[in-house]
Amino acid sequence: MTVRIMTPAEAAQYSIDKKPLFILDVRTEDAFADWKLEGGSFSYLNVPYFDLLDGVEGIADQLPDDRDILVVCAKEGSSEMVADMLSEAGIGAAYLKGGMQAWSDYLRPVKIAELESGGELYQFVRLGKGCLSYMVIDQGQAAVIDATRMADVFLAFAAEKEAVITHVFDTHLHADHISGGRAIAAAAGAAYYLPARDAAEVVFPFRDLTDGLRVTIGKTGVEALSSPGHTSGSTSFIVGDRYLLTGDILFIDSIGRPDLAGLAEDWAGDLRKTLYSRYGALSGNLTVLPAHFMEMDEVNEDGSVAAPLKTLFAQNHGLNVADETEFRSLVTENLPPQPNAYQEIRKTNMGILTPAADEQSEMEIGPNRCAVK
Amino acid sequence: MKADHYLDAIGLSCPMPIVKTRNAMKEAETGEILEVKTTDKGAKADLTAWAKSGGHELLEQTEDEGVFTFFIRKG
Repeated sequence: MTVRIMTPAEAAQYSIDKKPLFILDVRTEDAFADWKLEGGSFSYLNVPYFDLLDGVEGIADQLPDDRDILVVCAKEGSSEMVADMLSEAGIGAAYLKGGMQAWSDYLRPVKIAELESGGELYQFVRLGKGCLSYMVIDQGQAAVIDATRMADVFLAFAAEKEAVITHVFDTHLHADHISGGRAIAAAAGAAYYLPARDAAEVVFPFRDLTDGLRVTIGKTGVEALSSPGHTSGSTSFIVGDRYLLTGDILFIDSIGRPDLAGLAEDWAGDLRKTLYSRYGALSGNLTVLPAHFMEMDEVNEDGSVAAPLKTLFAQNHGLNVADETEFRSLVTENLPPQPNAYQEIRKTNMGILTPAADEQSEMEIGPNRCAVK
Repeated sequence: MKADHYLDAIGLSCPMPIVKTRNAMKEAETGEILEVKTTDKGAKADLTAWAKSGGHELLEQTEDEGVFTFFIRKG
């Protein structure tokens, strides 16, 4: 039996296509319980690699023969060893190239739309962490919104599309992942915008992202809409009059949490006003494009994460809590655990900490936890 | 802390620190202490979980300029 190497891109395709895949995760039980490869038709077995050093015979009868097997570990080494052992035992298996670390970093560009003005809107889906970034491209110009740490991916994508990045935006100061915004802006010579209300401690120059700011990318309008609640500076964008980029305020099946900068009680009222009044006054025909997803069932068949605003007003529980007190307790009590290293991530995004590349990758390990349902 | 056995796993990456720790532990007698040095960050969680699953006791772990030192008593 030969051992196959599966790239994160191939694993992502299984996930989106809901193609059956058996994940043999050889990390520790804690690591597996915290975070794993998610897919529509994935099944799992978690046995730490150090329990398999004497041989894989003990788990052979738990491995299926009707679907592909993928061995996964943190970085690759242990999964390669286990896949080799399986191969020697006559069981065909692949291992995940680069392990969970590479899975966390993998971005899948999905074309959301051809804009009316002739431009294009892309969503970059980070399946491993549930982060969503955006690029508006029109007539050789591009704007990037909520870029993740992998700046090179965005720069290369724009270059491939023969577009110059002129504007880089972050909808808020992120707490769950390290922003690539500043690095992209520096490399492209673009302006970097961040809401000043989130940026009191930021140590580098930026332009204030203010309510009503309107820029034109080619012929496509990109308009900022102040939408506080996840943070006090949180800002949404309306792109080409058809798309509503909601940042970490509104997701497909959940809403933003107001506590990651430590002020849940203060911001719960803002969050409600943004969701129920500000978004409530917008056209229901806008397509919502959030900055995160939490569950694979929020991902559409084409791999995008998008839904009409009116559908969310009909179906998203967080938009349908009539009682204000009940809403306040929904977003301030029983919140999920905070993201891994979120304080250090915030400080990195402020420019206060400057961790090395491998440390940055380490800080981001684990699922994102930006929502309440 | 004084150890009975010493393993240098510096520079090795996963899974080798654990593979070598396991082999070194086989040479030790029950109750003896093995000292392991590694530079693999992932080894921290893995050694803790491995020791627990094998019935060994992790007595002490320290970090000094990227080198992790573990003292493990054989169970």
